[in-house]
Amino acid sequence: MTRHLTRFPRSRIATGLLIVLLCTGAPVPGAVSVDDAAVGTTPPPPIERSIERWSPGERDLLRSLSIEALGPPPISPANPVADDPAAVRLGHRLFFDPSLSVNGEVACASCHRPGYNFRDALPRGRAIGETRRRTMTVVGSAWSPWLYWDGRKDSLWAQALEPLEDLVEHGGTRTAYLRTVAADPDLRSAYEALFGALPELSDEQRFPLVAGPAGHPDARRGWQAMTAGDRIATSTAFANLGRALEAYQRRLVPAAAPFDRYVRAVLDGDAAAAAAAMSPQAQDGLALFIGRAQCTHCHNGALFTNNEFHNTGLFGSDVLPADRGRADGVKALLEDPFNCLAVLGERADGACDELRFVKGAGIELVAAFRTPTLRNVAASGPFMHSGQFATLAEVIDHYDRAPVTLISDELEPLGLTADERTSLEAFLHTLSGPLATPHHLLVPPASVAPDAGNRIHGDRVDVHEAVLRTLPEP
Amino acid sequence: MPIRITLSVLAIALLVAPSLVPTARAQDTGMPAGHAMPMTGKTAAPDLSRERGSDAGLFVARISSGVEPIEINRLHRWTLHVDGADGEPVLGAVITIDGGMPMHDHGLPTAPRVTEERGGGDYLVEGMKFQMPGHWTVTFTIVADGGEDRVTFDLML
Repeated sequence: MTRHLTRFPRSRIATGLLIVLLCTGAPVPGAVSVDDAAVGTTPPPPIERSIERWSPGERDLLRSLSIEALGPPPISPANPVADDPAAVRLGHRLFFDPSLSVNGEVACASCHRPGYNFRDALPRGRAIGETRRRTMTVVGSAWSPWLYWDGRKDSLWAQALEPLEDLVEHGGTRTAYLRTVAADPDLRSAYEALFGALPELSDEQRFPLVAGPAGHPDARRGWQAMTAGDRIATSTAFANLGRALEAYQRRLVPAAAPFDRYVRAVLDGDAAAAAAAMSPQAQDGLALFIGRAQCTHCHNGALFTNNEFHNTGLFGSDVLPADRGRADGVKALLEDPFNCLAVLGERADGACDELRFVKGAGIELVAAFRTPTLRNVAASGPFMHSGQFATLAEVIDHYDRAPVTLISDELEPLGLTADERTSLEAFLHTLSGPLATPHHLLVPPASVAPDAGNRIHGDRVDVHEAVLRTLPEP
Repeated sequence: MPIRITLSVLAIALLVAPSLVPTARAQDTGMPAGHAMPMTGKTAAPDLSRERGSDAGLFVARISSGVEPIEINRLHRWTLHVDGADGEPVLGAVITIDGGMPMHDHGLPTAPRVTEERGGGDYLVEGMKFQMPGHWTVTFTIVADGGEDRVTFDLML
């Protein structure tokens, strides 16, 4: 972009300001609240805690954050079965089925664990090997135009395909997955009822046992040996597995949490219900969240995310970031053979407009990562795109300090007191709630072993128990 | 060196009127803290009018959004109307679009562009999106027979 938005390095501004302020004796802005209190200077004014504390503008903002403001998910333009109940059933099975992996032990649910808000509790995802980044929750992901921390996919169905072929995740290949489906009578009939006949896989010369465009060299060799027509037929059927997985994941939607009950009470003028929904401390945290802490700059809307990409200063000011985030993600997105324009082409109805007008370059894309939803954020740490922080308190402390980075920084130090940081954390806990998803979709289907997908983690947490503990049936 | 000049001006201003030091507290200013310290040279509230003259006075431009009020996180279209200084519609202009948040270190989240000239000085702008509430600027660089000039609109979302 043109740098008419000239940005001055904050450290230099801060240094200059500090010199000026020392000369004038003016107070250093917004940085010494704790000390103010300690030396007994002007005490802070009493905090208004009635439901009348919210201005009309703040009430509008609260309404926009409430789960009541969440409309239906946007259509998935290249997935005609996105809302088909039969596709949901097939996707449910596929999501929990570890037979969709090279070693028979990794399912989507291995890392996207129902008991952990459909993610895990590790700094980086771990399946066959370890991934580069933290497992993102898939709850509410149907509303995002971009998937992954770097947004390298533009649909949930296309996203679902990549882990299946990734050597450190499921590690399998396209022809192998199609054979798995073809060999299971239930899977095969469910697939063919939705998408038509599978490719004729019996000829191992035409359809090698191991073949795909990525991954192991054997897989790539097998893929190159196939005819273009057979490759297209294979990729189409493989994409259909992603479409069924998307149909299932579109059903994973947050339901009302204490915060949402509080907003409803405020809007209804019901002080008792408001007090029952959120503690005074959490209410103070909410006031900070939408006010001085500026969290709603990025964590906005009913899912508390703008689904865009931001550099939040997780790298030092003296190093180039090892993970370039969106800067690399957008390149992969534009080259992805499963992206919206590659599948549908230019269309007058604007189906692929997010991709048509995607920002492909800019310094602010470097080390920028997608804003995650904050709904059920407290369900499990660690936090940030590679689990940099173990606790929410550390996350809040990071944003309070707002370290400068070499590339680009969007943050300003907040000058929060210890009480204020605690209040913010208390507020974040009020975003924990159940899912608006039928209970049977939160556990493995009967056709899959109850512990499917949890074997690799060693702790063998029972999916049923985990769900019942943290996500009670609505 | 613009930074030094700016810091010098800032220093003088603060020496003269230390009471004007921004406190970065929303309850004091009524605005988010990020808005407390001007960095664009504009100290007054931004002019939010949808019709603006270009920097050198070559054009008068008017924007209208297909979504009103403009919502954050929603891809939408604008129509840009361009007149020359003589009040006549400007035809056949080549227009590029830029923008961002003056108080943050980022531009627009998308790469909007003019996709169609609709006649009578109207140009269809697709790909507009804003992902944060707050103060935004959108700048059109207009190249036409009359020359090249820029016009900037301020938005408060």
